[in-house]
Amino acid sequence: MGRGLVAGLLALVAGLFAASLLVGPAGLAPVQALSALIWGDALAETLVMREIRLPRAILAVLVGAALGLAGAAMQGYLRNPLAEPGLIGVSGSAALGAVLALQTGLAAAHVLALPFAALSGAVLAVLIILALAGPRGGSITLILAGIAVSALAGALTSLVLNLSPNPFAASEIVFWMMGSLQDRSMTHVWLAAPFIGLGAVVLLAQGRKFDALTLGEDAAVSMGVHLGRLRLTLVLGVASMVGAATAVAGAIGFVGLVVPHILRPLVGARPSVLLPASALGGAVLVLMADIAVRVILPTRDLKLGVLTAIVGAPLFLHLIYKTRAQGQL
Amino acid sequence: MTGLTLTDFSVARGPCDVLRDISLSIGPGECVGLLGPNGAGKTTLMRGALGLMKHRGRSSLSDLPLQTRAKTVAWLPQAREIAWPVSVETLIALGRLPHLAPGAKPSTADQAAIDSAIARMGLEGFRDRIATQLSGGEQARVLIARALAQATPVLMVDEPAAGLDPAHQITLMQTLATEATGGRCVITSMHDLGLAARFCTRLVVLSRGGVAADGPPHRVLTPEMLADVFQIRAHIAQTEHGPIVQPVGVIG
Repeated sequence: MGRGLVAGLLALVAGLFAASLLVGPAGLAPVQALSALIWGDALAETLVMREIRLPRAILAVLVGAALGLAGAAMQGYLRNPLAEPGLIGVSGSAALGAVLALQTGLAAAHVLALPFAALSGAVLAVLIILALAGPRGGSITLILAGIAVSALAGALTSLVLNLSPNPFAASEIVFWMMGSLQDRSMTHVWLAAPFIGLGAVVLLAQGRKFDALTLGEDAAVSMGVHLGRLRLTLVLGVASMVGAATAVAGAIGFVGLVVPHILRPLVGARPSVLLPASALGGAVLVLMADIAVRVILPTRDLKLGVLTAIVGAPLFLHLIYKTRAQGQL
Repeated sequence: MTGLTLTDFSVARGPCDVLRDISLSIGPGECVGLLGPNGAGKTTLMRGALGLMKHRGRSSLSDLPLQTRAKTVAWLPQAREIAWPVSVETLIALGRLPHLAPGAKPSTADQAAIDSAIARMGLEGFRDRIATQLSGGEQARVLIARALAQATPVLMVDEPAAGLDPAHQITLMQTLATEATGGRCVITSMHDLGLAARFCTRLVVLSRGGVAADGPPHRVLTPEMLADVFQIRAHIAQTEHGPIVQPVGVIG
């Protein structure tokens, strides 16, 4: 069951990745576009493919996988289908870092200033959360600390917007926060990939511990799960992935919440199988959404995060309705 | 010796001790019923002994490193938590987790332990059912099967009979007694004095932070002890079916 699903999702990611490379305003013919990408035989086309479309497609995969996997891990640890990667406050704090970079003009000074500021925000959030919910705290403390950090980051973001000297800075900030993969370069890919890769390796290795947690914390500990260590690993892994994803793409909601929820029945609800499946499912969802924003309104700059929320929220409502009808919620 | 040895064992909750200076040794082959009124510290004793709560003094189980402990004692908490709608077989297979090497798939020995646990709890027809959709009593049996599948020398269960119908209560106690006869050390907290009298080889009664009585059922279940610890009167009789203890009234 798990293996077939993973294979299917992999094929879907590959297909959508190719489709993402072939969609764009330059209107290149598919064969010409791919040959330009691979052989570098046409100057303008190669530039478009290698510098614009390739990083965009890679980032869609990375960001989607990060959000999907982080969501599945959070849900597995908290044993709650409503948990999502933003719950520990990392995405809010990363957004605050980015907003500060935009506000102070650092973002305009250097291309990496914004992602680095966002990552610093994420790291700061992790330090606060670990100080509050550190090795002894339970999962409730973790949730409460996350909510407090999120609220503080949100308030500070509002403060920056509030005090913004001119409407252009404010609108730039608002647009950035909607989340997008437009105009990203390979530099963004190289920045995000190590953090997301590291987080993925760390979280995927915890599958069995999340399985054991199906029976509750007491039973899991008695089966050899070191809860404090698992919580630390979870916070660091999720923060590394979501911090990096937010740093390069802005806030993209609902992926981490919806993807594990959709895939759970397909993996027999086993948390360990859900982790890799959700990483692939997240990549599929973000690739699809990023293709859709280019196809639906090619002339307007429709933001990726807006689309995922507009599609994700009703989908989530539908899922809740369906689950309730089956009497499982 | 694979069992449980507590030495000067105390557990505090807040400022006051729930359990004080308990010394106790339980060996293989014993089926120990842990009795006591609500709040006497039955769950606390077991969780403390397992290292799930801070304690003073020694517990031979909590002294073990976490991974070794998981192969030595299986623990069934009172809260019957099943977080996800997994199949019954998947849930019972979780009991094998402590025995799996990192990255290894369950072996034929693991599958045999799972099948045997399913058979012992009479869950053959339930293998592919979704665990969260079962009734409370059925879920309890599935969770007990998980603990059995862990195949540890020590088995500690917290009120396993609660919520089971009479037939399954008896079957469960027979299963636990059989495990003990087979050489395991079984420790179970319970409230049903009748079941305790019939199926346990030894009873430990907790009261006011200490051990009020400890010994074979017929020595422990005396009118004096029941009056002192439980504030009840009971009909106690030896019959062809074994000892019968039926509470008949409350004192005072």
